[in-house]
Amino acid sequence: MMISSRVFGDNGKVKEYHYTGPVEHKFSPYAFNGGTVLAVAGEDFALVASDTRLSEGYSIHSRDSPKCYKLTDTTVIGCSGFHGDCLTLTKIIEARLKMYKHSNNKNMTSGAIAAMLSTILYGKRFFPYYVYNIIGGLDEEGRGARDTYKAGGSASAMLQPLLDNQIGFKNMENVEQVPLTLEKAVQLVKDVFISAAERDVYTGDALKICIITKEGVREEIVPLRKD
Amino acid sequence: MLNTSTKTPTGGFSFENTRRNAVLEANLSEKGYSAPNARKTGTTIAGLIFKDGVILGADTRATDDMVVADKNCMKIHYIAPKIYCCGAGVAADAEVTTQMMSSNVELHSLSTGRPPLVAMVTRQLKQMLFRYQGQIGSSLIVGGVDVNGPQLYSIYPHGSYDKLPFLTMGSGAASAISVFEDRYKLNMELEEAKQLVRDAITAGIFCDLGSGSNVDLCVITEKTVDYLRAYDQPVQKGLREGTYRYKPGTTAVLTKTVTPLTLDVVDESVQVMDTE
Repeated sequence: MMISSRVFGDNGKVKEYHYTGPVEHKFSPYAFNGGTVLAVAGEDFALVASDTRLSEGYSIHSRDSPKCYKLTDTTVIGCSGFHGDCLTLTKIIEARLKMYKHSNNKNMTSGAIAAMLSTILYGKRFFPYYVYNIIGGLDEEGRGARDTYKAGGSASAMLQPLLDNQIGFKNMENVEQVPLTLEKAVQLVKDVFISAAERDVYTGDALKICIITKEGVREEIVPLRKD
Repeated sequence: MLNTSTKTPTGGFSFENTRRNAVLEANLSEKGYSAPNARKTGTTIAGLIFKDGVILGADTRATDDMVVADKNCMKIHYIAPKIYCCGAGVAADAEVTTQMMSSNVELHSLSTGRPPLVAMVTRQLKQMLFRYQGQIGSSLIVGGVDVNGPQLYSIYPHGSYDKLPFLTMGSGAASAISVFEDRYKLNMELEEAKQLVRDAITAGIFCDLGSGSNVDLCVITEKTVDYLRAYDQPVQKGLREGTYRYKPGTTAVLTKTVTPLTLDVVDESVQVMDTE
């Protein structure tokens, strides 16, 4: 829209060109690619789930870009946010896992990976990785952390309160607090993502669940709304 | 004595509330809050002219930034018996603008004694939108049948308009126009035209994050108007496996006060209901 006052001065003649000083142009190194990740752990299992939609602005880049990355036989990480940083971060983590394996002659435990991730992320404190991370896994004895859960990414604010209620039994009274089984957890994760896909535009297309038990890592894919 | 505070609106800009808005925003940001954002429909709307008339189509999703606020809103608005208008952009602006236009059109056609012309609706809309210099954020597609035949206009928030045989607007316009550019022909038959508009809106629903849910169609011919709400539902809601109902007693009751109301029967009457 042309603002005439900028071009014409008070006397009606076109204004002379003046150098108005330095003009600031901004380049943002980040982009937001959407996606939601969720991790739930029970007595003897852990699961990490994510949707598979990769978006930017109002467009969809890919309907098949899962955000769970398998690190070891007992650990899976879910990364959402800026896809460029997700890829780089997982590459760095995988390289560090190899280095640890070669120098210590054993695989990293889930707890060790989480501690290492914390130092990697803080190393970029002043130019952060724009990634929401959740690590899910079993410890050395094959146990998960009982009844723990966390949601991250674009629809996290929608999922977290429902999980607080269904897994943490928060804001409820006179309810029998049964420990979480694998079947119930998988059903809950599917239902919760179906609901998130209704209301969050960035969540949809498909849901990928990585289920970690002492047998290893198993994958399940469930279709979601594509609109 | 005459009330001099109400003035008849003169032509040109009406920026009466800008100073008040600036003060309100400054006050809010001092306290750390931000002024509420206008909810946009983030839409796909389309229209085309076929052999017997005009077909308008729209999706049904309204978004609040990137959260779905309404999964089944109506974006095709009534203006006159044979003229309808699709609205994209700020939801409230599209709704109120078309309602104002509808009442103006009725008054105008009572004054002229003739059924309204689509060109007249377009002209009134664009004059109002230009007067507000784009501050009213609604993009509209006006379509209808009048004495000059079927017509289709699109109007942008700043007040420019186009008259074309097929049009799309909204955030999903690019997806929808690609379908039209591929398959549109002049003088199409009704069923083929309905399918084409449905396909264009569906492209917007799947490829644009701001559009979704169902396809609404409005078919306007010289003889009839068919408002087909939810003509097509290309996406189904996923089926949840668990039930999430709560037994009574789940919510903690902190205090309970019972106040009995003593009522006297004053009058008794029986009304028979028409039940079929």
